[in-house]
Amino acid sequence: MSDHTNQNSIRVIACGALAREILAVNELNQLAQLDVKCLPAIWHNHPEKIAPGVKEAIHSARDEGFEHIYVAYADCGTGGLLDVVCNEEKVERIQGPHCYSFFAGNELFEQNWDDDMTSFFLTDFLARQFDTFITKPYKLDKHPELIEMMFHRYTKLIYLAQTDDAKLQDDAKRAAEFLGLEYEYRFTGYGDLTTSLIDAARARSPS
Amino acid sequence: MSDEEEIILSELSDDELVLQMHDDLYDGLKEEIVEGVQILLDRGWIPYDVLTKSLVAGMAIVGEDFRDGILFVPEVLLAANAMKAGMGLLRPLLAETGAPKLGKMVVGTVKGDIHDIGKNLVGMMMEGAGFDVVDLGINNPVEDYLEALEKEQPDILGMSALLTTTMPYMKVVIDTMVEKGIRDDYAVIVGGAPLNEEFGKAVGADAYCRDAAVAVETAKEIMARKHNSAAAG
Repeated sequence: MSDHTNQNSIRVIACGALAREILAVNELNQLAQLDVKCLPAIWHNHPEKIAPGVKEAIHSARDEGFEHIYVAYADCGTGGLLDVVCNEEKVERIQGPHCYSFFAGNELFEQNWDDDMTSFFLTDFLARQFDTFITKPYKLDKHPELIEMMFHRYTKLIYLAQTDDAKLQDDAKRAAEFLGLEYEYRFTGYGDLTTSLIDAARARSPS
Repeated sequence: MSDEEEIILSELSDDELVLQMHDDLYDGLKEEIVEGVQILLDRGWIPYDVLTKSLVAGMAIVGEDFRDGILFVPEVLLAANAMKAGMGLLRPLLAETGAPKLGKMVVGTVKGDIHDIGKNLVGMMMEGAGFDVVDLGINNPVEDYLEALEKEQPDILGMSALLTTTMPYMKVVIDTMVEKGIRDDYAVIVGGAPLNEEFGKAVGADAYCRDAAVAVETAKEIMARKHNSAAAG
């Protein structure tokens, strides 16, 4: 059912892995007009589900009366299929290939790629959920031989931190040890996520 | 399970053993696969039959279940690892016995990308299907591909990428082949998780292959067409 109380809000359709970060950015920047709807974070491991899932969420948002919609996903391994949906539906998304990139800052991430190519990245979310998103679904606990098979080309784990959290740093270090990778910590803050959400909110603010 | 009766591979008939090997491959049981391969060889099987009837046929089942969402990457990797162990035993024997060769493929992951799980699987399945495979590894600039094409003179060039940021490089390679006037000398197949059919067409590849089994089928079709057109010519 269409609800006109939603007409002046912006529905942000977001990856569940960004929920905390988006709420933090909204609070810090008082972006009260953003109404966040998260889709399952585990789609990080199943990118083929993202484009159809976002499309469905856009239609649901319109049914709820939202005229303004923003997609808080990067390409996220959809190989351009998310952009096809966004273009068809005339909505915008966060720029960048994936969340590692926009947290680091898309330009900087690209600039560093030659040096970082052999790095496996964690964000706050992935450091917190390493077992749920990496160890268990890829059965690395039951079959340690898979670590070598899956990670033999990586040399380093880089934890791109959104918050300064000692517990998460310990978790990320442990993850690096578990995968047999060198560990590096880089504090990024929320990177391009902040500007993207502010721009999305501004685009719909009364002038 | 502990209450299951232990299966002694050497006590099984040939047909039972082959079916058991399909199960063992599905379960990623490397040692059992090596043992099964050895038993069949000891029974006088020719290496090519061992390869195709036990390993390749078993991996085909794994491939189908991967495509249908029944198996996932870890299970496929374990199965591939088991097949690789069996292939290790068979490879020198296949070379000696002159197994039929379908064609030759050069394959590599594109520049900027270090992911090779899918590419390795394709390489192994192609080898199992009777192709000579020259693997260029990861992070290949266009020059590496061109050099390999000239040196190896393959029938097929395979390119792989896992990243949305690196997959456009396939077009760089194909465009360079066009510029150099060698594009039509080779069939080009592309693959990788974020790719799709449209992307394959957009970069000018002959085919997009969604998984290793499709790559093998596509490669066989390419070779059949090549032979047909040569015969017609």
